[in-house]
Amino acid sequence: MYSAIVFLPLLGFLIAGLFGRQIGARASELVTTTLLVTCALLSWVVFISIGFGHAPASAPVLGNWMTSGTLKVDWALRVDTLTAVMLVVVTTVSSLVHLYSIGYMHEDPSRPRFFAYLSLFTFAMLMLVTADNLVQMFFGWEGVGLASYLLIGFWYEKPSACAAAIKAFVVNRVGDFGFALGIFLVFLLTGSVSFDTIFAAAPGLAHKTLHVFGGDWDAMTITCLLLFMGAMGKSAQFLLHTWLPDAMEGPTPVSALIHAATMVTAGVFMVARLSPLFEQSPEALTVVTIVGATTAFFAATVGLVQNDIKRVIAYSTCSQLGYMFVALGIGGYSLGIFHLFTHAFFKALLFLGAGSVIHAMHHEQDMRNMGGLAKKIPITFWCMTFGTLALTGFPLTAGYFSKDAIIEASYAAGLHGQAATYAFVMVVIAAGLTSFYSWRLVFMTFFGKPRWAETGHEAAHGDTHATTHADPHAHSDDHAAHDDHHHALDPHESPRVMLIPLYILSIGAIFAGLAFKDAFIGHDGAEFWRASLYFGPENHILHEMHEIPEWVGLLPFFMMLGGFIVSAWFYVFSPETPVRLAARFQPVYQFLLNKWYFDELYDFLFVRPAFWLGRLFWKGGDVGIIDRLGPDGIASRVLDGTSWVVRLQTGYIYNYAFAMLIGLAAIITWYLVGGVR
Amino acid sequence: MIIGLEHYLIVAAVLFTLGVAGIILNRKNIIVILMSVELILLSVNLNFVAFSAQLHDLTGQIFALFILTVAAAEAAIGLAILVTYFRNRGTIAVEDINMMKG
Repeated sequence: MYSAIVFLPLLGFLIAGLFGRQIGARASELVTTTLLVTCALLSWVVFISIGFGHAPASAPVLGNWMTSGTLKVDWALRVDTLTAVMLVVVTTVSSLVHLYSIGYMHEDPSRPRFFAYLSLFTFAMLMLVTADNLVQMFFGWEGVGLASYLLIGFWYEKPSACAAAIKAFVVNRVGDFGFALGIFLVFLLTGSVSFDTIFAAAPGLAHKTLHVFGGDWDAMTITCLLLFMGAMGKSAQFLLHTWLPDAMEGPTPVSALIHAATMVTAGVFMVARLSPLFEQSPEALTVVTIVGATTAFFAATVGLVQNDIKRVIAYSTCSQLGYMFVALGIGGYSLGIFHLFTHAFFKALLFLGAGSVIHAMHHEQDMRNMGGLAKKIPITFWCMTFGTLALTGFPLTAGYFSKDAIIEASYAAGLHGQAATYAFVMVVIAAGLTSFYSWRLVFMTFFGKPRWAETGHEAAHGDTHATTHADPHAHSDDHAAHDDHHHALDPHESPRVMLIPLYILSIGAIFAGLAFKDAFIGHDGAEFWRASLYFGPENHILHEMHEIPEWVGLLPFFMMLGGFIVSAWFYVFSPETPVRLAARFQPVYQFLLNKWYFDELYDFLFVRPAFWLGRLFWKGGDVGIIDRLGPDGIASRVLDGTSWVVRLQTGYIYNYAFAMLIGLAAIITWYLVGGVR
Repeated sequence: MIIGLEHYLIVAAVLFTLGVAGIILNRKNIIVILMSVELILLSVNLNFVAFSAQLHDLTGQIFALFILTVAAAEAAIGLAILVTYFRNRGTIAVEDINMMKG
């Protein structure tokens, strides 16, 4: 059954990818979606039997991948509670996104390719979460990176999409570099890459040191920090986050699946999976906490002022990933995974809802051109509201249990260390900001006066969408349809195939927290997780988080309420206030609007020097030295020689005759002189 | 003065030299080249005949007749090519015939 879950998406990918042209778009959609739904159902069976039914965790070996000296890597499907949780998240969201894409992508000419990529992604992600050794995990890790690259650049006619895809790939390489070094180091220290061996060896390595770069370093700290660098890249943490907002160039279902629910949480999963290693290095955990807290705060501040509906949610994702890392950093691995689990539902819901809005608005993404949509698309409105409630942590919704638990735990951990206190302050502020920007999104999109009536949409439509149509027939149809809308844009509710995923995810967003709270982070936690997460002997965070002052428990709620009220005041009752504020605090506003100038900074620090260096080697090194002295130089010398020789070939018969005569005379002379001797 | 073998040979050598010089130095007309070729052949003939008389061997004189025949055929072919060439290119000036230039 485990093999079926992992390999059915691969089958779907092969069918849709290789035979998509033959079987047609509709068949590709149906095949991949059916396979994924099967997967999702099987995953729930696995989840229930492992998490609640006492089925033993297992790691069946499928075969040997490579053996080189002492390095032995097997293909194996490790299925324990942690994997089961990820299986459920990945396959559920993936199947819903497949279903949703049937509606969302219905006018795109290369749907088979799209569904093939989606299935490929799902397969790679499942390989990642079922990995039994670091190398197989790295295989899945790179697989999802590849699928992400392909899907961000799905509309490859758009230069911005190609640039975003390359950016995502390159930034992820930075993190993967650290991850790969971490794997090497683990192999150096333990002589194995298999999880069971590593975890068994980890306690013995606690205070071992490594001598590198002229100093002695704590081996586990370096290892964990390098591994965490991989997690930072994949999960878009502070300093390596720049690719995630740009990744919104991809189709919206892709954003929901890859850049909200699954791939970006791979880093969280990795740290949780390697909890036995991280538990040996308090320093590394401190770094995880600080990076997570900074990301949570930073991304939330940027989210406040963005106007693109998808970018707001993207920064929100970034921020929530920060929460998860805070939870991991303070030792609450189950809290982080629980937030991952609930976040997958409500963030996928928000993205798919945003996709529905964009669909209704004919590919308009700027919230300043929306407004008053609540009456036009009520179902989407309600689903988005549920998602927002869950995200902001409204009592009894999913986010309430997971996010507030992280905040409480960070307070409890703050009693032992400075970093956790910093994290506590950051995540509390971020909670307020989250509430503000989430409700701002809802209010700007669904309330107020309709702002889409007076603005021209044809321009926006022209560059975002017309390029997606390679088929001239579809294009002209599309244009005809949109010419009608140009004069009277009439937002319409999405088709049912897009709404069903929204319903299901809404249920998840509201009830996932309540239903699984006890199992994930409550008293049944130990029973539920069993050996899949490791808590060190001094790690009592799950007990301490219940022994906190009452005001800490209420704080997130009031932050949420405060954010809601301010947002309502700004965007419903007094729309001129934010404009005034932005004008008043222009530098701050610009700072946030330009995302803390990270893109400009990186452009200055890395991109330009890289271009400069590249140009130096290209123009100076390659063209100037190698080509000039090498092939080009030799070729031109040969040309010089031949052009001199070619002058002998005059074409005049008398010249040839003269040459013959001279030659003959010379030969005869030589024979005569030589003959005499 | 007795006309000996050496006189014949000198005349033949002069004729040969004239022919070669005609081919090499001539810059005007391709017909002159053909005529120079004939001149060279004649000088060879003269040698044959001279040695034939000197050595009392008729083979050389018979050979001279063969050469005359071949020379006539060659001249006919050469002129025919010349005519065709003139029709095609409109000129038989030696300067213009340099299509074999590298």
